[in-house]
Amino acid sequence: MQKLTKDDVHPKIVQALLGADSHITIDDALENEMILNMGPQHPATHGVLRLLLRLDGETVIACVPELGYLHRGYEKMAENMSYLEFIPHTDRLDYIAPPANNVAYALAVEKLAGITAPPRAQYIRMLLAELARMCSHLVAIGALAMDVGALTVFLWGLREREKILDFFDVICGARFTTSYTRIGGVASDVSSDTLKNIIVFIDQFEEKLDEMERLLNGNRIFVERLEGVGVISKEDAIDIGFTGPNLRASGVEFDLRRATPYLFYNEMDFKIPTYTEGDCLARYFVRADELRESAKIVRQVIDKIPNGEVMLNSPKKVLPRKTEIYTKMEELIHDFMIVNFGINPPVGDVYHAVENPKGELGFYIVSKGEGQPWRMKIRSPSFANLQAIPHLVKGQMISDVVAIVGSIDPIMGEADK
Amino acid sequence: MKELLKEKLEKQFTTVQFEFIEQFDELTLKFDKSAIVNVCAFLKDEDGLKFNFCEDVTAIDWATRKNRFTVVYHIFSMENKFRLCLKVDVDETECSVESVSSIWKAANWAEREAYDMYGITFLNHPDLRRMYMPEEFEYHPLRKEYPLMGIPGAIPLPKK
Repeated sequence: MQKLTKDDVHPKIVQALLGADSHITIDDALENEMILNMGPQHPATHGVLRLLLRLDGETVIACVPELGYLHRGYEKMAENMSYLEFIPHTDRLDYIAPPANNVAYALAVEKLAGITAPPRAQYIRMLLAELARMCSHLVAIGALAMDVGALTVFLWGLREREKILDFFDVICGARFTTSYTRIGGVASDVSSDTLKNIIVFIDQFEEKLDEMERLLNGNRIFVERLEGVGVISKEDAIDIGFTGPNLRASGVEFDLRRATPYLFYNEMDFKIPTYTEGDCLARYFVRADELRESAKIVRQVIDKIPNGEVMLNSPKKVLPRKTEIYTKMEELIHDFMIVNFGINPPVGDVYHAVENPKGELGFYIVSKGEGQPWRMKIRSPSFANLQAIPHLVKGQMISDVVAIVGSIDPIMGEADK
Repeated sequence: MKELLKEKLEKQFTTVQFEFIEQFDELTLKFDKSAIVNVCAFLKDEDGLKFNFCEDVTAIDWATRKNRFTVVYHIFSMENKFRLCLKVDVDETECSVESVSSIWKAANWAEREAYDMYGITFLNHPDLRRMYMPEEFEYHPLRKEYPLMGIPGAIPLPKK
């Protein structure tokens, strides 16, 4: 963190910091009060978030988040590549939970193209989405605990996450950038041995989670640093665009898996953990409870998973199998057409949103009937959640800013797109 | 839901032409941009509708059409579990539309992003700055005429 002078800050940002109701001139503000720059290289900002804080002593009066340090222009790139080519780019949005983004994108394109993946593929997608949610929440809880000074949970959480990443390695062929879904299915089938191993993992995971929770819930420093900090009311949370665990911590029982069911979530038995306090501690509790619910869903998915194909048989829209491309003329032609010219969905626009670990991830795709989308908008949950930071940090101490950012759990990869 | 919306909107706004489009199980409502704030406020507060959650505000650049841009709003009613898409056309010469950030705070940053990427001005917006690009940047990158590889020298190097 460094103290700034007037020349370092863009005049428009200074204006936003001071606000319209302020009676102090710019010169005064920078001499008597302090404008402090936090990030983009600050470890507690979870990436490249930059916060400009206007301080009176240790109290935050105003805050302006600055985004765009990781802006790679994915929406522009999407307009210049086929639907299939964009799948690897979705890994880089929420890079803590790549399979969940793959699933969200594949579902949006399938809705546009008017196809549905076979049941087994949908179950596998659900399995991976829930494992990704566990991954993400483990990192979120660990990083939050580390931000407020409890280092052990981070290491314990990452140890469990490492086991999930090993499953990703077996199922998808990559630990991190999975690129696993295809339009009309998933890249490869899951073996029954892997499913058995996942059950073994889930069995021991719940014990490990108990241990982690004992470590945190009994930690007085952890609880006192989070309780009553960064409170947001139910109405404000909806108004400001909160989704996911952050919204549910404010007492809104809203989960897209229930509100607008997709995949087979309406057949799954799970609770939506909801807390009413709306503070940082409640946001931690929601994530911890969701870990248990996700583990429950994973069990049910493995219990119910049907046998069958993992790719849809629809030659104009779905890539054929590699072995058939080498031996059959028809498949070779379809493969050539799909790879070179794309799947040409009908003219129109579609918005499909799913419940990602961080909140509502939506893809808005406008098609002109060509192989490439005319416009693709990514509604990323972290972007909307970050919007609440000025509201949450106002009147709090500067040390609480770290806890608040940690409890919101932003991922700059998707906030900056 | 479509009938209810149609009935309520046509009763409240007699002068506005509403076009209902149904595609891919989604309902889209198209109307003139001058009515956007009134319609949004009505949709948010009216009993039985209660579209209390603004998911997204974005824009589409049609490049060759007469009305070059379309501003798209995705709003959700948590009470009815219903999603509605609103569309208003914006011309290139008069490239502005009223801001809805007074109705949903969530629209604030989304509108800043649309302004940054397309250069559409949102009137009466509390803090209309660029979202991602630096303030000195002159172009609007998601417009169709902006090249994919960028324009050399468009972003100045940071000063030492």
